[in-house]
Amino acid sequence: MGHETYNALRHFADSWGLLAMFVFFVGVIVWAFRPGSRKTHSDVANIPFRHEDKPAQD
Amino acid sequence: MINYIKLIVLGVIAVFALIAANYARDVAYMVHAIIIFLVASGLFLWTLRRTDEPVPAAVAEKSYLDGVVRAGVIATAFWGVVGFLAGTFIATQLAFPALNFDWAHGYMNFGRLRPLHTSAVIFAFGGNALIATSFYVVQRTSAARLWGGNLAWFVFWGYNLFIVLAATGYLLGSTQSKEYAEPEWYIDLWLTIVWLVYLAVFVGTIVKRKEPHIYVANWFYLSFIITVAMLHVFNNLSIPVSIWGSKSVQVFSGVQDAMTQWWYGHNAVGFFLTAGFLGMMYYFVPKQAERPVFSYKLSIVHFWALIFIYIWAGPHHLHYTALPDWASTLGMVFSVILWMPSWGGMINGLMTLSGAWDKLRTDPIMRMLVISVGFYGMSTFEGPMMSIRAVNSLSHYTDWTIGHVHSGALGWNGMITFGALYFLTPKLWNRERLYSLSLVSWHFWLATIGIVLYAASMWVTGIMEGLMWREVDANGFLVNSFADTVSAKFPMYVVRALGGGLYITGALIMCYNLWMTVKRAPAVEASAAAAHATPAE
Repeated sequence: MGHETYNALRHFADSWGLLAMFVFFVGVIVWAFRPGSRKTHSDVANIPFRHEDKPAQD
Repeated sequence: MINYIKLIVLGVIAVFALIAANYARDVAYMVHAIIIFLVASGLFLWTLRRTDEPVPAAVAEKSYLDGVVRAGVIATAFWGVVGFLAGTFIATQLAFPALNFDWAHGYMNFGRLRPLHTSAVIFAFGGNALIATSFYVVQRTSAARLWGGNLAWFVFWGYNLFIVLAATGYLLGSTQSKEYAEPEWYIDLWLTIVWLVYLAVFVGTIVKRKEPHIYVANWFYLSFIITVAMLHVFNNLSIPVSIWGSKSVQVFSGVQDAMTQWWYGHNAVGFFLTAGFLGMMYYFVPKQAERPVFSYKLSIVHFWALIFIYIWAGPHHLHYTALPDWASTLGMVFSVILWMPSWGGMINGLMTLSGAWDKLRTDPIMRMLVISVGFYGMSTFEGPMMSIRAVNSLSHYTDWTIGHVHSGALGWNGMITFGALYFLTPKLWNRERLYSLSLVSWHFWLATIGIVLYAASMWVTGIMEGLMWREVDANGFLVNSFADTVSAKFPMYVVRALGGGLYITGALIMCYNLWMTVKRAPAVEASAAAAHATPAE
């Protein structure tokens, strides 16, 4: 791999790439704490207690 | 029709394997070619006998595919004992070098058995536990049968074939000398195929789920499967010297190769031994405690934090090497930050018991799961500390590292797997309960005391040898020779081997208990069974 490719990738990684990952991460946290998420989360947290023995039937 | 294609493929593989055995340039390759020939021709005969027979009506989507999970439970217990036995033996070899027998030299000396031990416990014991529990958990939390029919069986047998090839290769000297990635090129290619099928089965099941949301355990399992695929492929980029031999040459060289190796190596810890096992934690701890996870929000936040941070921690394995300082500083900083998401997981696991702490007194399985999470917290505190450059200058290359790895592996991975096996066996074999809870308590205490002996002796010997190596006299000369540290370590090595002995004794008790659960424990009552309807397969 040429030096220019390396430099281009390196610049992308520590500018837009870094920003994109950071924004994504902050977005995940904001989304997790969005209003109304409590009800969804308590429903999801109870998934292990629903279909222990057989799949859901249509 | 599909059987005809299978027969052609198996036949071609069998013939090719025989040709390969004939042209083999080294013993390991020849033995592997013969193993592959035997497997392929055996499968050929098995398929042949079923060809053009009436096909049983396709199993409706009315039950879970649990046969493969049962097989996984058996394989986990079996490989666990093999791996612990190998570990205890090589620990004893370090204390008493005479156990590197002359007659077994080149096969059973420490250097050959050490990768056998590490791969047996991480990949055979841990890997089978991950595959089995992920198949169990993804079905229950998706309310759907495994996708892909018998592909799950292919994953199970294919993965265990990989283990047999890897293990026999180590004993016969076939290794590419990359820690935790020792198997040579053709074994790597085989694992890639198996792993992609594993990914397909897992994702396929999630896609056809009946629950609207993907439960957090599946997020962890999925990240483990995807990341391991990526790590495995990049770290094993190599060119075989000959297709008739096991030797290969790495594509990267020098410090790039070292960095790729520890990017792989540390994320094998991060995604194989952490993310995958957190998937287990997020199912089995709530199930055994009979209450949902403490905070689902915390599970989301610590999942993404863990994923984003772990992948950068690898360079801390390469302090004071040819790796540029900025890279090892980056690895160190990310390792220290990693402490937070790790403890997020620990807190979430432990606090799931809030309001049910009394179960710790009454339920030895719960105790096992909780001490496992406790060891997770301990080793994820110790790890970041050891990654700090100044601490690392004392701890690196000493037994402290070995102790750290084992408090994580024996404490966190081992204990949570034992807990999962105790949970799964009565369910999978339709038993009311385990054969004996007091045997579980025996296992718990033997394993815990074993880990404490192991970790404590390695702290003492690790710090001692670190200090001995750097000790200089008034004129600046080193005070100790390497052999001085070796003889000073003898008592701690004996204690460590003793700890390993206790740990494997506990595991043998577990195997007996699980066996007797299947044989002797009362079956779930017919009426209750009808209500639950748990047909096998």
